[in-house]
Amino acid sequence: MRAYAPLAIFIGVTMVLSACKREHRDFEPDKVDVAKLGPVPLVNLEPGGHTPPKNLEAGKDFEQNAYHLNQGKALFSAMNCNGCHSNGGGGMGPALMDDVWIYGSDFVNIAASIRDGRPNGMPSFGRALPGETLFELAAYVRALGGFVPTNAAPSRNDSLQAAPGENRTQENPEFVPKPPAGNPPAP
Amino acid sequence: MTERPLRWLAFVSAALPPFLTGCGGSQSALNPQGVQAARLANLFWLFTGVCGAIWVLVMIALAIAIFRRPRAQHHSVDPLVVDVQGERTMAIVVGSLVSLTALILIAFTFLSYLATRGLAASGEPLSIEVTGYQWWWNVRYENSDPTQVFDTANEIHVPIGRPIRIDLRAADVIHSFWAPTLTGKQDLIPGQDNVLWFTAKRVGQYRGQCAEFCGWQHAHMAFLVIAEKEADFQAWRAGQIRSANSTFDPDASLAGKPSQGEHIFMTRGCALCHAIRGTDAGGRSGPDLTHLASRRALAAGTLPNTKQDLLAWIADPQSIKPGNKMPKVPMDRSELDALIEYLRTLQ
Repeated sequence: MRAYAPLAIFIGVTMVLSACKREHRDFEPDKVDVAKLGPVPLVNLEPGGHTPPKNLEAGKDFEQNAYHLNQGKALFSAMNCNGCHSNGGGGMGPALMDDVWIYGSDFVNIAASIRDGRPNGMPSFGRALPGETLFELAAYVRALGGFVPTNAAPSRNDSLQAAPGENRTQENPEFVPKPPAGNPPAP
Repeated sequence: MTERPLRWLAFVSAALPPFLTGCGGSQSALNPQGVQAARLANLFWLFTGVCGAIWVLVMIALAIAIFRRPRAQHHSVDPLVVDVQGERTMAIVVGSLVSLTALILIAFTFLSYLATRGLAASGEPLSIEVTGYQWWWNVRYENSDPTQVFDTANEIHVPIGRPIRIDLRAADVIHSFWAPTLTGKQDLIPGQDNVLWFTAKRVGQYRGQCAEFCGWQHAHMAFLVIAEKEADFQAWRAGQIRSANSTFDPDASLAGKPSQGEHIFMTRGCALCHAIRGTDAGGRSGPDLTHLASRRALAAGTLPNTKQDLLAWIADPQSIKPGNKMPKVPMDRSELDALIEYLRTLQ
């Protein structure tokens, strides 16, 4: 029995120490140059049966990192993406939480859409936003589409919930169930 | 024998001044410069005095209990014998002490009512809306006339002797507005409107800071309250309402134009977050920079507002205030210099 004690202590300490692992917040990610992404193909077709080359690794460290995703979420309202895409639900611009992606749903496609702009109103942010900022925004758009790990994706704003947060509920007389009076009303 | 007490005295007198320096300065509850802060300071000293006196009394009682000579053992008293006289005395003593406590409490409640009434605003109040952001303060001077409303950041000018009403809002997380020299602290809570009143008594600069942990740069979220005479305040206010002069011409090419710095500001993304009234820059997610050069500090009290510090800040904000929302915008040195030159003109 005593022989197992060191093992038990080792396992216990390891489990406790594993709690020290925390997501790394990279305030100065390696400078991202969005121009280097180059032209991004919008379809997977090329004459001769080939697939056009596309950088599928770009932005991986952004879209798996809760800090970058949350920064992107803050930027989504700060840059007034809401003005057209309305919290991802779409309005004047297309919805970003459905599975319809006019210009592709890969990270590079979304980054290129933000960088270059798209016809019918999507402005180009490539010159105005630093590369890291643009990548954070693109990562959040990926989160809206459900492409990022759920343990990193930011949650929905309280203002979008159907009911106020539990700490904000106020008793509304309209919703308080009334005792039945006489016969139920005819359907 | 006399050496030891002398050495102790020397030690205490050497150790005391560093502590006492905490009592002065522009950010201290013990150096009250406002009506409310003065009341708080009085209360603090009253509490310290009363609690100190009671502590000393308790310690004396304790010392007596410990060191008194044990009384000679009496013959044991029969516990069933009732001491009628003693119990009556006890009842009177306990009863009168309880009623005395109640009377004192009632008196203090009444006094606190009088004190609160005494603090109620007299004179025309000045209304300021302060919104806490991670990690800076937006300051909006409210007015029923929309042309008289303006925004600034991290620096609150107030006239002395006039009640100031601060409407506290939070844009992201909970912050706390604390200028101890002027008044007590009050939280800024998203979705809830809190109000704080104060009246500055003397001309001066008073430092305040966020007093509720709000993230990485909580420690670098300070502000300055500048109390000045009514005339000075009105002059400052008139200057702040003015828009900046714009020389920006969207079609101008970059080289050699006097508006080069402004052109960089408008096209390199600065304008996406910052507003400069009178120009095309209308971003609302960063501090209003219309009169940046007139402020005393940069980045919410992190740096003094000098040319070098402004340059260092814009060149790499993340090394000075890691995690803050201002990104490092890639720029070469000549562009940076032009931008600084432009920003320094925003008086």
